[in-house]
Amino acid sequence: MKLSLGPILYYWPRQVVMDYYEKMASTAVDIIYLGETVCSKRREMRLHDWLELADHLTKQGKQVVLSSMTLLEAESELKSLRRICDNGDYLVEANDMSAIQILAERQLPFVAGPFINLYNSPALKVLVEQQMRRWVMPVELSRLALQAIHRGTEEMDIRHRFETEVFAYGRLPLAYSARCFTARAYGLAKDDCNLICLQHPQGMNVKSQDQQEVFTLNGIQTQSAALYDLREEMSEMKHEGVDVVRLSPTLEGMVEVIQAYDDARHGRAIEAVRAEGQCNGYWHQGCGMDHQSSDDLKAD
Amino acid sequence: MELVCPAGNYPSLKAAVDNGADAVYLGFKNETNARNFSGLNFRDRKLEQSLTYARDHQVKVFIAINTYPQAERWQLWRDSIDMANALNVNAVIVADIGLMEYATQNYPELPLHLSVQASATNHESLRFYQQHFNIRRAVVPRVLSLSQVQNLVQHSPVDLEVFAFGSLCIMSEGRCHLSSYVTGESPNMCGVCSPARAVTWQHSGEVLETRLNNVLIDRFERGENAGYPTLCKGRFEVNERLSHVLEEPTSLNTMDLIPQLAASGIKALKIEGRQRSPAYVAQVVSVWRQALDAYYRAPADFRVDGVWKQTLKNVSEGSQTTLGAYSRPWQ
Repeated sequence: MKLSLGPILYYWPRQVVMDYYEKMASTAVDIIYLGETVCSKRREMRLHDWLELADHLTKQGKQVVLSSMTLLEAESELKSLRRICDNGDYLVEANDMSAIQILAERQLPFVAGPFINLYNSPALKVLVEQQMRRWVMPVELSRLALQAIHRGTEEMDIRHRFETEVFAYGRLPLAYSARCFTARAYGLAKDDCNLICLQHPQGMNVKSQDQQEVFTLNGIQTQSAALYDLREEMSEMKHEGVDVVRLSPTLEGMVEVIQAYDDARHGRAIEAVRAEGQCNGYWHQGCGMDHQSSDDLKAD
Repeated sequence: MELVCPAGNYPSLKAAVDNGADAVYLGFKNETNARNFSGLNFRDRKLEQSLTYARDHQVKVFIAINTYPQAERWQLWRDSIDMANALNVNAVIVADIGLMEYATQNYPELPLHLSVQASATNHESLRFYQQHFNIRRAVVPRVLSLSQVQNLVQHSPVDLEVFAFGSLCIMSEGRCHLSSYVTGESPNMCGVCSPARAVTWQHSGEVLETRLNNVLIDRFERGENAGYPTLCKGRFEVNERLSHVLEEPTSLNTMDLIPQLAASGIKALKIEGRQRSPAYVAQVVSVWRQALDAYYRAPADFRVDGVWKQTLKNVSEGSQTTLGAYSRPWQ
């Protein structure tokens, strides 16, 4: 199984991004996704910056994929998307059907990101025929759903034509809106947001009135409050034929997380995940926010 | 502009037809449609009766098969397409590309409308669905501003339908997993959002608490209007401040925009609310019929009548209406 580092979902200053990837270059991740997927106003890094970084990371032995935006409303956003698709060197992760349309017209291969709604094998087949090389399973799907999808693609004899990637670590991207919730939390209009997301490199915490952490605000994206963590499920993922395990960047502690996943994929012992503030429910066909400890799993 | 109205059951369908719908949309009684609530939707004899009633009154029928087929149970969705085709309906509203492929291969004559659940917010996406599955119409997500909608009509390869009135989804439809994160069931997979089986209403002294799978969504003082605990409309704390962090309970009402929408080339207006009562459907459809008729009689003189406005306000969530993303007060 390969390890991938997903696109940075938050808004970090340019230098922080550069330093971060310098650190990531010497970790065990095999694939690095680069680019802005959440908000087109986040411009600390321009396309040429991403491309320079891509060249640099490629030289260090990483496979680089350029990730594209998820919610595209304006003509200017489509223009930026076309520039990404026309980069000439790197595979593109499509996060909206518009990217798939543009890439398919150019007969270019692509990765279907987690917000391309692929819930069954006939849907996968449609995109495999458009040169989809890899898909990232929608986060709300379970191990059982993945089994059924893989079975279906085997019956259609297309399983060998794509890789399966599973979002395994990080706050779960749950929803997108036209509205910016971070700006709203500050009483700011979206157009005058002062790029307030820069002040929240791990998003803003949303608690219920009885102090349960529920969501994380990240601009127009809503994430889980809990960290999704499937490090204890690595052998199950391997068993299901998962090709790539995605780790979503957090500002702190990422090197250790990658190390733990690298240990887990090589069968070395890892420390158990603390249940508090962690979740793994989606994989186990439950509520996303639930956590099943490995002891629960043994009792099954 | 065609007035497309919700039919959650036979009495609602009759109410829509009798009050001036041009088309009704409905779902089968299972999780193949995005309003899979108990007591709603159609099968067997009632389904046939409903189709007959609509046709006898020259009202079109659209069937929503607009959830994403669960891999383990693909057959259920496939059978639904077979059934819709056999019923000879005017269109099927779909979101899943696997299902669209099946329909196109097997029933090339069956008209497909792209569901709002497919989240097609730009013309490149629309071209994908048009080129591969020959969709005839697309329902536009409730995230676009009026000028973005106008721009989309100009570049769209297919006819467009927009939401005119009803509950307001503030997330990009088809791209929201909030419900499954908390309850395990989502609009995409099960056709439900914040499902009723997970809801509890609990009095704690003078305060009424609403919970969803035990997560506290809101607290209401005596006399406050307690709304259904939909996740995106809860009151939560951010930075130690309590507020409707995502959205206030409010309904979409675009009646003021009828002239602009018509002029831009929008082909159909959708009334949300298959989960609402027949009385609600009758009132809302009747008011919208009057407004559209008034507009087409004298486009230059169109004004929203005070009575229409009040009727719509009375039936709206939190008795509040908004132009939502069309006007973007938050932009």
